[in-house]
Amino acid sequence: MSGSHPGRIAARFADCRAQGRAALVGYLTGFDPDHERSLANLLAACEAGVDVLELGVPFSDPTADGPEIQAAMVRALAAGASLEGVLGLASRVRERFAELPIVLFSYANPLLRACDRDPAGARGFCARLRELGVDGLLVVDLPPEQASILRAPAIAAGLDWIGLCAPTSPPARLNKIVNDASGFVYAVSLTGVTGSALDADSEALRAQLEDLRGRTQLPIAVGFGVREPAQVQALAPQVDAVVVGSALVQAGRDGPSSLASRVADLRAATTG
Amino acid sequence: MPVQPPDTSPPALGDFGQFGGRYVAETLMPAVEQLAREWPIAWADEAFQAEYSRILSEYVGRPSPLTPAPRLAAAIGGGQIWLKREDLNHTGAHKINNCVGQVLLARRLGKTRIIAETGAGQHGVATATVCAYFGLPCVVYMGAEDVARQALNVFRMRLLGAEVRPVEAGSATLKDAINEALRDWVANVADTHYVIGSVMGPDPYPSMVRDLQRVIGDEARAQCLDRMGSLPDAVVACVGGGSNAIGIFAAFLDDPGVQLIGVEAAGEGLEGRHAATMSRGEVGVYHGMRSLVLQNDDGQLQEAHSISAGLDYPGIGPEHAHLRERGRARYLAIDDEQALAALSLLSRTEGIIPALETAHALAALEPLVAELGPQAKLLVNLSGRGDKDMHTVMGRLDAESLALVERARAHSSQAQAGQGGQ
Ligand SMILES: Cc1ncc(COP(=O)(O)O)c(C=O)c1O
Repeated sequence: MSGSHPGRIAARFADCRAQGRAALVGYLTGFDPDHERSLANLLAACEAGVDVLELGVPFSDPTADGPEIQAAMVRALAAGASLEGVLGLASRVRERFAELPIVLFSYANPLLRACDRDPAGARGFCARLRELGVDGLLVVDLPPEQASILRAPAIAAGLDWIGLCAPTSPPARLNKIVNDASGFVYAVSLTGVTGSALDADSEALRAQLEDLRGRTQLPIAVGFGVREPAQVQALAPQVDAVVVGSALVQAGRDGPSSLASRVADLRAATTG
Repeated sequence: MPVQPPDTSPPALGDFGQFGGRYVAETLMPAVEQLAREWPIAWADEAFQAEYSRILSEYVGRPSPLTPAPRLAAAIGGGQIWLKREDLNHTGAHKINNCVGQVLLARRLGKTRIIAETGAGQHGVATATVCAYFGLPCVVYMGAEDVARQALNVFRMRLLGAEVRPVEAGSATLKDAINEALRDWVANVADTHYVIGSVMGPDPYPSMVRDLQRVIGDEARAQCLDRMGSLPDAVVACVGGGSNAIGIFAAFLDDPGVQLIGVEAAGEGLEGRHAATMSRGEVGVYHGMRSLVLQNDDGQLQEAHSISAGLDYPGIGPEHAHLRERGRARYLAIDDEQALAALSLLSRTEGIIPALETAHALAALEPLVAELGPQAKLLVNLSGRGDKDMHTVMGRLDAESLALVERARAHSSQAQAGQGGQ
């Protein structure tokens, strides 16, 4: 357990800030395309410079995801992915990278099922996540109104609760979301699903990020639709982290070395 | 029609006991909140009510009649059976009641584009119809599997000017069409209204669709008092997502002497592939709500199966889960074969060809009469007509007439090929 020292997430953001760059948050779907190759990809991506790993739990009905991540989840489930299996991957990554922050990305249902199954309920499940080396939770379909079932036990177990802010969120909702969040807040860059086309230079996005900056002391990560180093470069000066998902999933289809070189290119762009 | 306060007015978050809620991505929350705010205001607005009622009467053809079914009753061992004829609505099912109201709301909110999901195609056809009536662009998401088995409805939607987008993801059925419609909505939430076709999804949809389908129950209750001289002993309806059932149940919730009975699809049997959410589902969070759902131990939704595309859904609306938990309604399961038999029985005894969905409710009548006695008064929601299902039914019930058609086709195409060769 992390005890009183700042969590891995806070520590990593502090490191990146000291280096004068944004952190690279890399998303990959666990078990895509199967256990072994997923593990190889995860290790390669972290080796190549992912600062924060966002590990996706496959779900049968990923309504917030675009085609690339949907297909990854289909491949993963066909290969027998389970929440337990994905947690197994997390602990393997943890063995190799002691200080790397790992955020579990999931839809609510697989997590709530696991809470029901755990003899100690949500508290027990969250404590186990922490022991396995998970640092934070990002649950797409638990807006603040519905989050209490999982958020309180997660915080109690020492997990960070990552808040999602959308371009459509009005001020009152943004305040609620950032107040409930810990670790960092995730600014969704566009009105759409993951992997959609993003204009990283848009004035609206710049204004959205500036507005968010005025609402919270927490680090801000921006993501959805970031694919290219040029986009990372454009966004890095405005935020603490840039999230890349679909583009890494796509690169991962060609195996660890292609994924690693993609990560290295994106990472090199984080100095802005 | 007077405005009735909802019988189970949900608290702020649309909770029906432990069920309901708003489990959607943050991007959609403001739109969902807007609907939750604006729907009760619109519904209480006399001008809105007047327009809704006018369209239901002069375009949909309401009120729908109540038809006695004495020859059906005689064939199944008695009972006084009355059919609420939603099959006689324009477009052939109850679905249009909801579409009229939601499109009116969308216009009121300034939305200029409509999307919908569809399983059997009935909700898609009804939405496409109302969009044609108002001149609004309409996109309908439909599982590729359903596109194949409901070809006639696909063509109807296109003829009505809607764009039908087949969904190949997942099981390529209704649940996947809902996923894809939600993704469209996330991307186009500023100008688009999503017309959900049943009493499911995030709050306020389950309550809003219930309010809009309640016209079935309000009419039927008055018709029962008028024609039967009393309330029925039981009200019976099929349940997919549960909208025709909630619509007719809603008017009887406060009549404790009236049993409410929902009938779900047991498909190939409860031990095989089925869509029996009430019998075999467990609590889960999906499609914006917390309700019962068919899922595995790991929280992955399972593929449902029913011969009727409209019941081929692994979930159910949260109010049904709550009604059952409260003991106010109970739910039976009817398999594919029983539904087919009921479809042909009603056709022969009453001259009414019901939808395969509706046939599930009809198949439950025989055991219910056996249980409640030959004097029992049973009100059945005849949710839709069977034209759309004729190809499926022909393949299962009348292989001979199908073979006849195929032979004649082969013969005429051979003849044409012969001519072409000369
Ligand atoms: C005729 C008919 N009845 C019933 C249903 C099932 O839907 P619900 O349970 O919402 O009434 C459908 C759905 O397509 C239908 O077409």
